[in-house]
This record gives sequence, structure tokens and C-alpha cells, in this order.
Amino acid sequence: MVGFLIRRSLQALLVLFLVTVFTLALVHLFPGGPIRALLGPRATPQQVATANQQYGFDQPFYVQYIKWVGQILRGNLGYSAKLNQTVTSLIAQDLPKTVILVALGLIVSLLFGIPLGLYQAVKRYTVGDYVLTGIAFLGYATPVFFVGLLLIQWFAIDIHLFPPFAPQGTTVGAILSDPKALVLPTAAYAFVLFALWSRYMRSSVMDNLVQDYVRTARAKGASERRVLWGHVFRNSLMAIVTLLGLSLPTLVAGALFIEVVFNYPGMGLAFYNAALNVDYQVLLGFTLIATLATIVGNLLADVSYAVLDPRVRY
Amino acid sequence: MAIMPGADPREITDAPVLEAPPESPEALEAAKPRSLLRRGWDVFAENKLALASLAMLVFIILFCFVGPHLYHTDQVHTNLANALCPPSSAHPLGCDNVGYDVLGRLMVGGQTSLEVGFAAAIVAVFFGTLYGAFSGFIGGPVDSFLMRIVDAGLSIPYILLVIILSVVFHPNTIIMIFIIAVFYWLGVARLVRGETLTLRTREYVQAVKVIGGTRRRSVVRHIVPNAIGTIIVQTTFAVADSILILAGLGFLGLGVQPPATDWGDMLSGGLTYMQSGTNYWWLIYPAGIAIILTCICFNFIGDALRDAFETRLQRR
Repeated sequence: MVGFLIRRSLQALLVLFLVTVFTLALVHLFPGGPIRALLGPRATPQQVATANQQYGFDQPFYVQYIKWVGQILRGNLGYSAKLNQTVTSLIAQDLPKTVILVALGLIVSLLFGIPLGLYQAVKRYTVGDYVLTGIAFLGYATPVFFVGLLLIQWFAIDIHLFPPFAPQGTTVGAILSDPKALVLPTAAYAFVLFALWSRYMRSSVMDNLVQDYVRTARAKGASERRVLWGHVFRNSLMAIVTLLGLSLPTLVAGALFIEVVFNYPGMGLAFYNAALNVDYQVLLGFTLIATLATIVGNLLADVSYAVLDPRVRY
Repeated sequence: MAIMPGADPREITDAPVLEAPPESPEALEAAKPRSLLRRGWDVFAENKLALASLAMLVFIILFCFVGPHLYHTDQVHTNLANALCPPSSAHPLGCDNVGYDVLGRLMVGGQTSLEVGFAAAIVAVFFGTLYGAFSGFIGGPVDSFLMRIVDAGLSIPYILLVIILSVVFHPNTIIMIFIIAVFYWLGVARLVRGETLTLRTREYVQAVKVIGGTRRRSVVRHIVPNAIGTIIVQTTFAVADSILILAGLGFLGLGVQPPATDWGDMLSGGLTYMQSGTNYWWLIYPAGIAIILTCICFNFIGDALRDAFETRLQRR
């Protein structure tokens, strides 16, 4: 187990190294280099050369890399000239708001997805199962932004039940003070995630229902309720826990589109605005943070799987 | 949008409950290619949902590529006099915010969506298959390192990567295909590598080594063809995913540049007006439904194809 942890962590470190190299290499993809993106097309070659020197982009790649990593370790993710703000402070300002959105979406989708997935597995191949399977299929063929648009069309335009945009405001308090405006973004986000969880829960419960321990429990006279909730349910949840760790890229994508559709002032919207403004420092800083989170999520998923399932031997 | 490499809900099968008979390794060797296709098609044809999807898809393709020859609209020049006109006999689905006929736009946008979807899927699956098969076959530290590269690529949330690439390249259709493929091949590589790990222990692959065949021969002539079921199924899903990613980028205004369009780009026009609370339903329903229909069709077909290939193995 300890050996596995060490090996898995070393792997994660190697992945981290590769990712940072990729990310820094992305900077140099910008047409004319990162400085041209910063100064705009009308900057003179001299200005570009001076800035290149100032920012150290004229040095060899490995020198740039070492300096860049040093800056990151000191908590400096760069400076957005367009927003006149450090990337770190931008993240500090927007991350909590995005976390609220993701947490709400996750909670709502899990609250529906887990019980309904369980229901589907127990009542498999019935009308209820087919209907829910149909909804899940719909869920992952539908772009999340279209779900958002539909909800706006139905609940904000056809009937004026909820506002068509998310709560506006720079602070977390301002977001939470307008719960009515949070309903549609949360619902749209939760719908696409629901498709995932219910599908996994269904298959996970079905896997567990044919295991020997279920037969043993039944043979010992345990009631069907006890078998289901005491044995199958708990073991099936394990798959979901692991999946949560792996689902970060999906969560990021969902949050970004939801924030753009509902004009929700979080990291996704800030990233989108940075993309429109070619604000490469913000783009790279945010990408790096999201990537770090994904690597940690994957690591936790693997470790939790090994911890939760004693049958897994590494 | 469920693009989660290594954790795709479409990979789930219902096999365990029915306790399928264990497949025998001899089954693969005894198989003859021609009868395999026939058998696969028979299983596929039993699935009514898949047949309906196939028919639907043929209709969508005809609609997009033949439609413009029957239903003539100007999709190059804007016509502000018609901007946002509601559906009428002249414009069955109304006009968008710069006066393009929405029905005609749906055809033109669909061409881009389908072309990019197919091409990106094929490019991604081709490179992913070669990389994965090579990595899995070589094994050892090389495999380990090659897979860490894949891990690293997959750790970057794909949406951020494709947005950055779109910002950098101002894509046209061809570049768009590569932007999508650049991240999508990673998931394919991981999947095919897993498949290769099981295939390379099979006797017929071992036999190539024994009789002095090269590694390249093992990979190209034996491993890849035997993983072809997985690969074809993956390609089908990849088309759906590529269409969704393209739609996402188009929606953000970072997709193909105007006057070209795709279904996602059409939706972005609707958003502006909806946030002000006005009712222009014809800006969102047509394109949105087109995306969903197409992706569902590909997913159903992929599902049926997987059953076709798997049942083939089980029945023998």
C-alpha cells in the first residue's frame, strides 16, 4: 500500500512536470509570441524586443521554465495587463464563486442521480428504467449551454418564473443573496451531471447485485432492504466516489459554459473574457490551476479506490 | 457533454447480470473476415433503435448536403432588412439576427458540423490507435513514459486547451479538425493501449514473434485489426463528441469564422437576445435540436456496433 502510494505520487509528479512544460510551450504558440499578444499588432519591433528582454522570453526555453516555475512556487501566476490585476488575485476573487456553482450542481445532481440510478438497477428493464436511460442518453448528447438556453426560454421568457441571468456581484455574499437567480444555472448544470451519475450508479449496482456477498447475505436471511442498503448501496457508492475524482475536466467544462450562458461572474466567465481579449497570462494561470486540481483529483481517485476496496492489490 | 477519458458512461455494458459465457481465445482465430461482417450486420440490424438512428443520420446528411441545392438561400451576404423576422412562408424557420434564413443556415452549419465531426474523429482515432498500440506493445519504461504524456495531456481540462488553441489559431474548418483531434486522440490512445495489453498475450501474436515476424507486423497486421471493434465504436462516439466540442467553441464565438458557421455558432446568436428577455425561439430550437439528434444517433449506433462486435465474440 505504501509502495503504491509512493509510486502513484511519483507518477503524478512526472505528469505535473510534463504539464507545466506543455503549458509554458503554449505561450510560444501565440502568433508573433506572447509579447505581440500583450502589446498588440501596432507595437514596433523594438518595443517587442525590449519587452521580450524584460520578460525573459529571449532566453532559452529551459531557463524560462526554471524561472517560471520559481515564480509559481512563490505564488506568482502572472499579471493581467488588460485587467490591471494579478492572476492570483483574480483567482482569489472568482474561485469561491465558481466553487459555489460547482458544489450546488454536484449536490443536486448526486441527490437525484444516486437514488434514481439505484432504482434503475433494481427495476432494470422496466418502463421506469427505460425512461431514465432515455433521459441519461439525452443528457450526454445535449450541450450544456443548450440546456441553459432551454431553461431560459422556458422559465424566464415563456413564464417569468426565474431571471434569465445568474446573480451579479463581485462577492460571494452578493451571489448567495439572490437564491432565485441561482436556480436555473444550478438546474442546467445538474442535468448534465445527473446523466453521468445515474448511469454509473445503475451499472455499479447491477455489478454488485450478482456478487457472491449478496447471495451470502440473502442466504443468511437478510431482508431485501438490508441487502440493498446495507451491502449493495454502500459498495456501489465507491464507484461514484472514484468517479468524482476523475470528473474534474467535465466539471470545469460544465461550469465554463454555464457561467457564459448565465453571465455568472466566476472563473469560467473570466477565462472566456480572457480568451476574447487574448489575455494570455490569465489563460495560462487558470489552465495551470485547473490542471493541478485535475491531477490531484485523479490521484485522490486512485488512492481512495485502493483504500476503499481492499480487494484491489497493487 | 460527457467527455471524460477513461470514465465514459457509454463504455458501460449490461453484461454482468446475464452472466455471459466466457469467450474462448480460439474464437478469434477461427473467424473469417467476410462472415464476421455479415454476422455483425445481422446483430446490428436486430437493434431497431440503431437502424432508426442510421436512417435519421442519412436524412440529416442529405438535408445538409443536398438540401441547399433544393432550397436556395443566400448564406454569404447579410440582409439586415430581414433581421430576426419570425417564421413565415418565405422563411419557414425565420431569420437570425443578421438576416440569414435559419433553415438554410441549418444546412450550411450542419455541413461544417458533420465534416469537422467526421474528420476530427478519424484523425484522432488514427493517431490514438497507432500511439496506443505501439505503447502497449512495447511495454516497459517506454510504455510507462508514453502513457504519462497521455496522462499529462488529459490532465489539462480539454475545454481550456481547445479554447486557447482557438484563440491562437483563429481556426478555419481544417485547423478546427486538428484542434479537436489534438486532445481527443489522448483518450483513444489510452483505450487502445489497454486493448493491446490483453491482445499481445494471445497465442497468435506470440506466434508472430516465434516465427521471426517484426514488431511492426505484429502491431499493424494483428493487434490493430483485432482491436478494430473497439476502434470503430470509439470512432462513432468520437464523431458525436467532436460535434459537441465544435458546437461549444462555436457557441463561444471561437469556432469557424463567419460567414462560415456551425450549429453551435448559430446558438450563440440566440443567447444575446434571450438574456434581454425577448422571445426569439427560432434562434435556439432548430440548431439545438439538430445537435442533439445527430449526437444521439451516433451514440445509439456506437452502442449497437459494440453489441454487434461483442456478440460476435460470445456466440462463436
